[in-house]
Amino acid sequence: MRNETSRLGDIIIEHQEKLLEGWLASLISRIGRRDAHAETELRQQASRFLSLVGTTLRNAGSADIDSSAWQEARQLLGDISANRVRQGYSSIETANFVFSLKEPLTSYLQTEMSGDPATLVTEIMATNSLFDKLGLFTVESYQKSREQVIMRQQQELLELSTPVVQLWKDVLALPLIGTLDSARTQVVMESLLQKIVDTGASIAIIDITGVPTVDTLVAQHLLKTVAAARLMGADCIISGIRPQIAQTIVHLGVNLEDVITKATLADAFLVALQRAGSVIVQKDR
Amino acid sequence: MERIPILKMGQLLLVTIQVDMHDRLAMTLQDDLTTRIVKDRAKGVLIDISALDLVDSFIGRMINNIAAMAKILDADTVLVGMQPAVAITLVELGLTLEGVKTALNVERGMTMLKLGSFS
Repeated sequence: MRNETSRLGDIIIEHQEKLLEGWLASLISRIGRRDAHAETELRQQASRFLSLVGTTLRNAGSADIDSSAWQEARQLLGDISANRVRQGYSSIETANFVFSLKEPLTSYLQTEMSGDPATLVTEIMATNSLFDKLGLFTVESYQKSREQVIMRQQQELLELSTPVVQLWKDVLALPLIGTLDSARTQVVMESLLQKIVDTGASIAIIDITGVPTVDTLVAQHLLKTVAAARLMGADCIISGIRPQIAQTIVHLGVNLEDVITKATLADAFLVALQRAGSVIVQKDR
Repeated sequence: MERIPILKMGQLLLVTIQVDMHDRLAMTLQDDLTTRIVKDRAKGVLIDISALDLVDSFIGRMINNIAAMAKILDADTVLVGMQPAVAITLVELGLTLEGVKTALNVERGMTMLKLGSFS
């Protein structure tokens, strides 16, 4: 086994230039975009990867890509995948980066060992399994980079979607948009309570116009927020309840009787103003 | 022995909890407070917990008990100055202190009690 893999390494290093040309040709034909910048970048990545694989195979003599000898190659593939996630490549395009090297390599092996079919078969099989592993690794790191992007976006969404605004002296509004889960409720609750401390508000309007569905869990989260605000000495009004949501709440048997509820934010604001001791007067024009 | 001071302000009693509560301290506070409500003919009790940044179910129950005792002695209790983190903890513990009035700070709490006693 050791002999065969190191021979593959020799072949790669010996024919690096020609392999690279063949590989690049098939790579470029597979990806749709054809700008000069992408091509030079591709060429750089490919030649670095090819020489790295060659030397690693020759030095390590093992095709086990989880071993420490392959650390550098794994690192390079991880970087390339992360880079492609940012540039918006699909997972197939990313995986093809590695898989398309198989074709030129196999044809080289064929011409090199045409006189020895038995060695050729073992050699091709070893090559296949190595590049399959490398390809799968590429896809996995592509996936990981994707997940990181998603997680970062979730975090950003969490921060973006919980503004607490002051409508009037003593009146706060919390327009909720999107589904309420436990993590978001926590953030919402914290920012609302903090704002109550900062502004000294005595009434908070929680507007759920932007909440698509209210199930028992969401209702429970809402009630928790209301209870926490009450402990801080602020009353809560829940507004923006759409007809369907009112029906759902009753069908689910959620008890919202201890909370003031209003259909629209405007109604809730009027109640809040009354409580705060302010009135709005319409001027004659 | 450690005691929690009870200050008299007109018809109101002001209790500021600044140390960690433990069983004995809580019992002493209940004793002292009920005695003072009767002796001073207090109409309202303000419990200021703005210095507390850590609560457990024990403190929650104690506050509930004090409010219930004061109610029997015809005094209203207002809990003031709760920290956001404390409020979240109590709600997560399921202690929403339904029977206790709350206010953001001592000033608001006092206004609340005065309005209540005049009406």
